[in-house]
Amino acid sequence: MSMVLTIARTEARRIFVSPLAWAVLAVMQLILGVFFVLYLDAYQREAGMSDQYMGVADFIGGGLYNTANVVFLLVLPLMTMRLFAEERKSGSLTLLLSSPASLIQIVLGKFLGLMSFMLAALALLALMSFTLCAGTHLDVGRIAAGLLGLFLMMSAFGAAGLFVSTLTREPVIAAVAAFGLLLLLWILQGVAQSESLQHADLIGYLSLIGHFENLRRGVFNSADVVYYLLFVALFLWLSVLRLDIERN
Amino acid sequence: MEEQTLIEAQDLSRLYGRTAALSGLSLALRKGEILGLLGPNGAGKTTTMKILAGCLAPSGGSVKINGIDLAERPAAAKASLGYLPEQPPLYPELTVDEYLGYAAGLHGVPPAQRADAVARAKQACGLGDVARRLIHNLSKGYQQRVGLAQAIIHRPPVIILDEPTVGLDPIQIREIRALIKDLGQSHGIILSSHILPEIQAVCSRVMIINKGRVVYAESIERTAQHRMDSLVVGLRRGPDAGALRQIAGVERAEQLEAGLYRLTVAGGADPREALAEAAVRNGWGLVELRSQAKTLEEVFVELTSGEVTLHETLQEAA
Repeated sequence: MSMVLTIARTEARRIFVSPLAWAVLAVMQLILGVFFVLYLDAYQREAGMSDQYMGVADFIGGGLYNTANVVFLLVLPLMTMRLFAEERKSGSLTLLLSSPASLIQIVLGKFLGLMSFMLAALALLALMSFTLCAGTHLDVGRIAAGLLGLFLMMSAFGAAGLFVSTLTREPVIAAVAAFGLLLLLWILQGVAQSESLQHADLIGYLSLIGHFENLRRGVFNSADVVYYLLFVALFLWLSVLRLDIERN
Repeated sequence: MEEQTLIEAQDLSRLYGRTAALSGLSLALRKGEILGLLGPNGAGKTTTMKILAGCLAPSGGSVKINGIDLAERPAAAKASLGYLPEQPPLYPELTVDEYLGYAAGLHGVPPAQRADAVARAKQACGLGDVARRLIHNLSKGYQQRVGLAQAIIHRPPVIILDEPTVGLDPIQIREIRALIKDLGQSHGIILSSHILPEIQAVCSRVMIINKGRVVYAESIERTAQHRMDSLVVGLRRGPDAGALRQIAGVERAEQLEAGLYRLTVAGGADPREALAEAAVRNGWGLVELRSQAKTLEEVFVELTSGEVTLHETLQEAA
């Protein structure tokens, strides 16, 4: 475990000493900030008209977190592309492979390191949401469920991106391929809508976005959480397999 | 303890698709020994080192590091191993201190001792002045030293260095060589290079690899003796060549010019002493006695040239 933490700590450090992470966080925050203001504005206007009561947390959860999800989908491949592809290209992967660390420890360490970035992005978003506490009673539970959903979603993106990064030695290809894979898993939901398709239920179930819906609405269903955990575990395991194949 | 075997590789082979990069390569490394791996490009040097370092699994054969099987207990075996690949595995965005601290952690140095380990490695590799600089901003020579520091930070009994002096200026090369020689006193080192004088200057044993096989393995001293294949002798009142041929160990004698002879030495013999005695006894007036050794370069070319390989291939086919 200490080996995993050693790798994770250095990985996190490498992420945050590079300008890429800061640029990504800044752009993300700007875009989400703009949406935040737009949603608030819309909420204010609609609140008067609508006769049905709708909490601000719902509004934030529904609008802002959905937007955040799309932004993360675009951004995480940029962060995962470096994990293995760049290291392989520069030859620094050898440091890990020739060390006593096992492949599982290496993959877990890298993933945990990446998590530091996800948590930073999430913290910024949470701060933005909780500024509303100043003006209103916020349904904290709902916001928390939404944030948990986002975190699980990001973990899934990260694990899939990490796996794609083990496949190639070109960071850009890793980014493009990871983006493609995530988008594909995302739109499975849309595919499942098609009536003519067999096993539409199954395909819909496999889609990443479907399980986010519940959490976003504040419904904590352990099946959804387990779905994301399994998704992450699957791709991390595939990464270990892939690195093992490379050695042989 | 002096004869402790640190690396024992048996019958290693490695296939890339259908091409065999290594076939049936065995080697052993003892403590206090610097083994030089020589070979033309593509001979399998780097593949061998990658396998020994555990970065590549062999298609066949086994590796024991410090008595521990690399395939069965990789973590334990790799703990006694330091590896500097051809391209130093550096993180350019970290400082030298950060990087070496990480390398120490990766190699299982306990947190309390990491600062000491880093300080020691920096001192050994002359990195004291650049400790707080980013690796990215260091010159190639310093980067190479950081790579070397990474390989020795946990004081491994076995150090594997793949072309450690490539891209360095002559002064840096001398420094790195001195460092390697120094390390060789207390560790076992495997070093690859295609610079022959480097092997001669640094190593205690040399192994030549060609086409994935060991074609020559001998200590540097023995190599020097073996390689003496002719003598040039200057005699003021010399006899004719026939008389010289009578001396034990001389296979052929020819007169180059008045008073200067070339004697071809029978394999492994050393007729110099007998020759001097004969010269005194017969009053030949010995003025010059020079052994013409086959250089390592000649051995290398002879063993790795196309003809030998072709010969080997034909033998294999037969």
